[in-house]
Amino acid sequence: MTGLRYVYAVCRPLGAPLQAQLTGIGGAPPALLAHRGLVAVVSTVPEADFCEEGLKAHLEDLDWLAATARAHQGVIDALTTVTTPLPLRLATVFRDDSGVRSMMEARETDFLHALDRLEGRVEWGVKVFTEPPPEPATDERARTAATGDKSDKPMSGRDYLRRRRADTRAHEADLQAAESFADALHQRLGAHAEASRLHPPQSASLSGARGRNVLNAAYLVPRNRSEEFVELVDRTKDEAGGLRVELTGPWAAYSFSGFAEEDARHGASAGEGR
Amino acid sequence: MTTPAPRSSGFADPYGHNSGANLADILERVLDKGVVIAGDIRINLLDIELLTIKLRLIVASVDKAKEMGIDWWETDPALSSRARRDELTRDNAELRERLARLEELEPGRARKEAP
Repeated sequence: MTGLRYVYAVCRPLGAPLQAQLTGIGGAPPALLAHRGLVAVVSTVPEADFCEEGLKAHLEDLDWLAATARAHQGVIDALTTVTTPLPLRLATVFRDDSGVRSMMEARETDFLHALDRLEGRVEWGVKVFTEPPPEPATDERARTAATGDKSDKPMSGRDYLRRRRADTRAHEADLQAAESFADALHQRLGAHAEASRLHPPQSASLSGARGRNVLNAAYLVPRNRSEEFVELVDRTKDEAGGLRVELTGPWAAYSFSGFAEEDARHGASAGEGR
Repeated sequence: MTTPAPRSSGFADPYGHNSGANLADILERVLDKGVVIAGDIRINLLDIELLTIKLRLIVASVDKAKEMGIDWWETDPALSSRARRDELTRDNAELRERLARLEELEPGRARKEAP
């Protein structure tokens, strides 16, 4: 079977070798492809999976996508322990090494600029969730109202509706409190980071998390100040009162890769492919 | 066709990194962030643009998408898993077969009951 070259990341020459047991997509070991002052981290992937047709079919398959995304992230994650990688978007594929080299040469200035900017920095993800609303209590009241339970004062339909409105208002107030906590936290963490990005809230269907996601943010923090940042996040967990603060990382600086963001915003990336 | 070997323990364990990251965290980064380069397989970009839009709707709050009046993904077969589609196809085939058998068994009754 013919193979294609899959590129995970571009970085400066590594000070240490990759972990020997490291595997990338399809279990293939990643290799380093040096060109001038840059190194591309690549592995061979089956052409059947990453040719136009194969990829198109696979991208509709969430299980394949999840496994591929995890393998991609696994390599990036290993790289962050030894260098500051510039992560490429999933499924960046070339016919052969010379294609990868030409790409590195064509984008050399962009890569070097972004690598300088991100050198020694990592990304931390912070999310805030509301705890799930206390549904059972509402159900109990509704049941009491419906059956006219004698142990309690029977509730009229009007009382029931009034109670329901009060519950709704309380829920909205909780949500508002959660959002202002999230805003304040974002301000505070932003002041301890070099840059920050707000991502759209995650839905529970994919994240599997409980409650409503009211903050989903990324922070760019120098590696040597990360301990301090993590402690700061830990302290806010105690002040969150009924809210859940989750920290992920350290990630490679995905959300701060700079020129890619500009490209995407101006639609230049789509044009580039045609 | 080769499928990447699933790693039961996830990517995190070998490196002791990111133990709190879920699939949504990973997908929103590897698909939506990172450097965009046109590779030799040119279809990538357009396909991933579309996929990213779809995934953004899954990853991003469904409530928010609905608030914005976006609900086409609810009927998009691409967003339901392949297994589910297969199951539906199987169910359909089985039902059609049973219907055909029933019609064969009771042709008289079916005709009588028809108006």
